[in-house]
Amino acid sequence: MSGFGGFLLRRTAGAVVTLLAISVIVYVVFYVTPGNVAQITCGPRCSPEQVHQVAEQLKLGDPLYLRYWHFLQGLFVGQDFSTGTSVEHCAAPCLGQSYQTDQQVLDIILAKLPVSVSLVVGAMVLWLLLGIGTGVLSAWRRGRVSERVLTAVTLAGTATPVFVIGLVLMIVVCGQLRLLPFPQYVNFTDDPEQWAWNLLLPWLSLALIEAAAFARLTRASMLETLAEDHIRTFRAYGVAERSVVGRHALRGALAPVIALNANNVGSAVGGAVLTETLFGLPGIGQELVHAVKVVDLPVVVGMVLVTGFFVVLANAVADVLYAVADRRVVLA
Amino acid sequence: MSEALAVVETAGTGTSVPAVSGARQFWRRLRAQRAALVAAAVVALLVLVALAAPLLTALEGQDPTTYHPTLIDSARGGVPIGSFGGVSADHWLGVEPQTGRDMFARLVYGARVSLGVALAATVVQVAIGVAVGVAAALGNRWVDQLLSRITDIIVSMPLMIMSLALLAIVPSSFPRPVLVTLVIGLIAWGTIAKIVRAQTLSLKGLDYVSAARLSGWGTWRIARRELLPGLAAPVITYAALLVPANISVEAALSFLGVGVKPPTPSWGQMLTAADVWYQAAPQYLLLPAGALFVTVLALTVLGDGVRTALDPRAASRLRVGTGRKAATGTGTAAGHATEKEASA
Repeated sequence: MSGFGGFLLRRTAGAVVTLLAISVIVYVVFYVTPGNVAQITCGPRCSPEQVHQVAEQLKLGDPLYLRYWHFLQGLFVGQDFSTGTSVEHCAAPCLGQSYQTDQQVLDIILAKLPVSVSLVVGAMVLWLLLGIGTGVLSAWRRGRVSERVLTAVTLAGTATPVFVIGLVLMIVVCGQLRLLPFPQYVNFTDDPEQWAWNLLLPWLSLALIEAAAFARLTRASMLETLAEDHIRTFRAYGVAERSVVGRHALRGALAPVIALNANNVGSAVGGAVLTETLFGLPGIGQELVHAVKVVDLPVVVGMVLVTGFFVVLANAVADVLYAVADRRVVLA
Repeated sequence: MSEALAVVETAGTGTSVPAVSGARQFWRRLRAQRAALVAAAVVALLVLVALAAPLLTALEGQDPTTYHPTLIDSARGGVPIGSFGGVSADHWLGVEPQTGRDMFARLVYGARVSLGVALAATVVQVAIGVAVGVAAALGNRWVDQLLSRITDIIVSMPLMIMSLALLAIVPSSFPRPVLVTLVIGLIAWGTIAKIVRAQTLSLKGLDYVSAARLSGWGTWRIARRELLPGLAAPVITYAALLVPANISVEAALSFLGVGVKPPTPSWGQMLTAADVWYQAAPQYLLLPAGALFVTVLALTVLGDGVRTALDPRAASRLRVGTGRKAATGTGTAAGHATEKEASA
């Protein structure tokens, strides 16, 4: 058990180091760009006084390591911003100030987060159900026509960009058949039914693509488990095939699938950016694309750090889950 | 896939396999897979179209950037005049809404951008990945620790988010396709570095490498002469799967409006406004979407075929002639296991 505790500690330390490294890279890349950083950060409509103030705020006169230290301090203990007339406090974790919108970056992200979380979590439920279901089914029906059809469909699924499938779904379902309204985000707390109804298509678009990868992995993992001795024993004892496949084999096959799910958070976040932009959902993905287009650097930096945090967290959880499932990993 | 493998199976069973060189064996195994062959033909055709884009458009008598205001109905918001989005003898696939630019020309020039960016990005990824992976495996403990930690960090960066962010800060004067190539290449080399490091470590322990070291060869010479050939199979396998992934990323970035910018045509970019025009000009949506789908699918199937042809474990099973069930199942499982081992 001490081995497992040590592993947990090492993995956590690794995650923290990774996050710090990401913050260094992001900070250096963004604030050491050629050109007038204060002018870019402040936006094109800033007066020279405002630009001067931003330069002071970002401590552009200081050497780089001091500036980064200042940034890090903001993250952990918060910092104060003077807006010229008044001093505004930015509580920890302070991601800085968007001078273009006069809002704190954290507030912008928090305002958009529910949309993105709704989208990703809902889609995740769908893709796990669809992906694992399809994978089990095609492992069970192997050699039959239905398995070939499923294999072809999942292959096509992995080859389709999420915005293409979303675009086609939107045009067919909303435009031609008029089965669903063009999605408009409704708060869950306002009207749960409308919330789900409007998110159905975005969920489906994101889930179909991810489900394809899960179906392929589940199928491969199921086939491997089904070839093992204990499954043969179950069969020899006359356990019903449905129960052999659906219960005993599935249990053995799920470990890599669960690990993939956490590892896939990064690509799901990327997919969410596309889905939000396509359907016009006001989540952090859409906000990031907007911030990139208008070069609102503090918002971009904040977004990268927040999404990086989630991805690193998910990866660490995946590794720990995998180690729980297979203790040999701990020794490696 | 399973059909293709069945073909390998019948070809492989019964006959004793003569010893052939690696490359020839690879071609033979690839040729035996029908799906991979079809995919290879499609990919070859696409590359040809991309290379011959100026020729093809000259044949049509059009170019991808000229506006044709006379071919669109400005009273109806810029809808192309004529059926199917203005298909005619002059404009084989119609014209773009609002601008009247030739669709065929934009599509074939778009193939250049898609394939060019994806292939070049793959080259960058492979170059960095192999260099870092080999250096980590051959260097001393500190070099290995440092490079492995850097690789871990690179792997845990969300590709889409980082690309978006990096594209924000580079001045727009920088040539956009080159920039997209560099961004994808510089962010997504982590997995290949991990695979290469794991493979190099296992090769390093083999007798022929020890023999080379004992006969006084330098590290550089060993790496080049003894290790790189052994790395070819896993690197080619993974690179073949990187190409379609890179195509999707480029298309996604251009779709979001931060990748390749007009007037350079790109399939992803063409889809940005497609949902507005699907009724008046359906080919404006269907052509780039179809092109993307076919290209990524063909490259994925080809990549799967390459993996089957190169994976010694799957291949040996095929040769021994165990049931087809075992062979198809482990094709993917083995690949996944390699990645897991590499990341553990």
